[in-house]
Amino acid sequence: MASVTYDHVVKRYTADVTVVKDFNVEIKDKEFMVLVGPSGCGKSTALRMLAGLEAITEGQIRIGDRVVNNVAAKDRDIAMVFQSYALYPHMSVYDNMAFPLQMAHMPKTEIDKRVKNASRILGLDNFLKRKPRALSGGQRQRVALGRAIVRSPKVFLLDEPLSNLDAKLRGQTRIELQKLHRDLETTFIYVTHDQVEAMTMGDRIAIMNAGILQQVGTPGDIYDHPANLFVAGFIGSPTMNFVPVTTSDSTAKASGFDVKLPKSVPAGKATLGFRPETLTDRIGDQHNAIDMSVDVVERLGSDQFLYGQVGSDSVTARVDPKMKVEPGDKVRLGLDTRSLHLFDAETELAQF
Amino acid sequence: MDFSVLLQDIPTLLVVILGVPALLVGYIVGAEFLVRRLPDKNRPQVRPWIWVGPALAMVAAILFIPAIATFIQSFQDNHGNFVGFQNYQTQLSGFPSSGAWIAIRNSIIIWLVIYMILVLTFGLTMAVLFDRIQYETVVKSLIFMPMAISSVASGVIWKFMYWYQPVGANQTGTLNAVVTFFHHDPVAWLQDQWPGGLAILNNLALITVATWGLTGFSMVILSAALKGIPGDLLEAARVDGAGEITIFRRVIFPLMMPTVVVVGTTLVIFAIKVFDVPYVMTNGNFNTDVLALRMYNLLYLSHNNAAAAAVAIVLLIAVVPVLIFNLRQFRAVEARR
Ligand SMILES: Nc1ncnc2c1ncn2[C@@H]1O[C@H](COP(=O)(O)OP(=O)(O)O)[C@@H](O)[C@H]1O
Ligand SMILES: [Mg+2]
Repeated sequence: MASVTYDHVVKRYTADVTVVKDFNVEIKDKEFMVLVGPSGCGKSTALRMLAGLEAITEGQIRIGDRVVNNVAAKDRDIAMVFQSYALYPHMSVYDNMAFPLQMAHMPKTEIDKRVKNASRILGLDNFLKRKPRALSGGQRQRVALGRAIVRSPKVFLLDEPLSNLDAKLRGQTRIELQKLHRDLETTFIYVTHDQVEAMTMGDRIAIMNAGILQQVGTPGDIYDHPANLFVAGFIGSPTMNFVPVTTSDSTAKASGFDVKLPKSVPAGKATLGFRPETLTDRIGDQHNAIDMSVDVVERLGSDQFLYGQVGSDSVTARVDPKMKVEPGDKVRLGLDTRSLHLFDAETELAQF
Repeated sequence: MDFSVLLQDIPTLLVVILGVPALLVGYIVGAEFLVRRLPDKNRPQVRPWIWVGPALAMVAAILFIPAIATFIQSFQDNHGNFVGFQNYQTQLSGFPSSGAWIAIRNSIIIWLVIYMILVLTFGLTMAVLFDRIQYETVVKSLIFMPMAISSVASGVIWKFMYWYQPVGANQTGTLNAVVTFFHHDPVAWLQDQWPGGLAILNNLALITVATWGLTGFSMVILSAALKGIPGDLLEAARVDGAGEITIFRRVIFPLMMPTVVVVGTTLVIFAIKVFDVPYVMTNGNFNTDVLALRMYNLLYLSHNNAAAAAVAIVLLIAVVPVLIFNLRQFRAVEARR
């Protein structure tokens, strides 16, 4: 149990390959922090620097109050679950889980107690004698988790632990991981490229892109108040609609509609953002009427998404699943003006 | 080289160049033609035998039949009369210092154990040490280089290394030059039967030569096995709190073990069969005889075919169990991939 601090951390492989740039984040004790971003953005590298598997080029990483830059991986008291699970193929499930405890020179009876306990929590009781080769993907994943939880480490690191599971198992495991976090009361740092995992699991989310930390906040915070165009586009599915607009005072003019902004902004070009669920078939006081010509209709049972054109811009709308729409139709929709976002055309930073 | 001898008999040359491929093609086409006539369900059973047939015939002609003939001959005298176990008795009498016993001891104990241990240890050490250095390929190529030298040539090279001149004379042998530099008397590496006539020293000198030749081979194979271990396993072990030596002992070595066993048993077979190095360097004198060399000398120097056959069978009996174990182990390694 400990907090983790990244203090101006930089990772450079060669003079011109900088993979993590000026990374600053403070992860509180017992927090579930999700590090999310597109593939190749440097999430794993950030995590591996904390684990001690990668040298830190500049800055400091602290676990609690202790600077760990020069502490060997084996002495950091950290547990890590790898994407590939990295189980020892020549050891039984039991020995895989006992290994970190043996490394800590724990007495045999204590090791046995802890391994049995972890295997009960994870439902691995019947597989303790098996080799990893004889397990399914989901079971292997549990062994990897088990090997990490037996130790009661200071910090628990998970690098895309669910990405090798099928969709159903992934959903179940997501819930179990959250339960595990509650029970263990340990700091979790969880890396994923999947924004759904990030939104559902994290106490807080840190979003990275191209080695740069974009925004840190609670899922709700980030969803409602994205700091920039990248975050707005990355979080949420289907993605937020982005429409180029010309602003003057407190109106924004797009190719197919005008909208009143909640506050006045300098005149000029900008990008208007609104989520599909704010463009609906409800039309009222708070809604701007918008005409859309529908190209594609996606019915998901509980939802219905319309993909089409407004003026010369492509937008997505989320309408009542009972509404009868066919591709080619022209429909009148309402845009909820209470949750608009405006992004600077140059800096891409959110103005609101 | 002078190939003109080939041209003296053009018809035979033509038969060889054209006839052999024609025969093979004819065999395949003809056999396929016949297989096609078979009912559908029999074809998959018959076809593989057609294709392995020529290879089986060759193995039978040059391996099995001679082996059986040798086996029979080992129970006959040199005139073809059946003599029971007499050849074996002659070879195995005079324990422990005459007959075939010196060769048996050298081949099946000294060479087998020491050679295997040396080559494995050096190979493994180098594979691990050179795994993470900068000029890995260059260094490994250098160590692999002796593999390109025939054992006979390396025997000759090492004879210069071991060269001995009497005390007081200039030492032209590399090793003795070093030894005398430190004011020690020169050592007759290949003749000295230290300790006390057991002839460990000169046998060790021979084993060193073979080890020098084969360490690169074992290093390359073990290094491939080492590289086959996923890096994240080692990282997982590091995070789990293991130091580098523990990681080697608990993760790397166990995962390399199947390969170590395959290399080890291959070395055992090489050791039991060793011939060239002792032949070139000592010709089996000074108690450095080995089984294969003894067989050769009995056959070509003494013209004692019967005794040679008996030694050959002893050699075969020593090798076969190792060979079977080796094949099994190799298959087990392959099956795990
Ligand atoms: N040893 C290395 N040398 C140079 N670049 C590397 C090295 N390892 C990783 N990278 C680069 O660092 C970037 C970030 O990698 P990584 O942290 O694994 O991304 P993520 O986990 O977010 O997908 C990638 O673009 C990758 O190509
Ligand atoms: Mg990654």
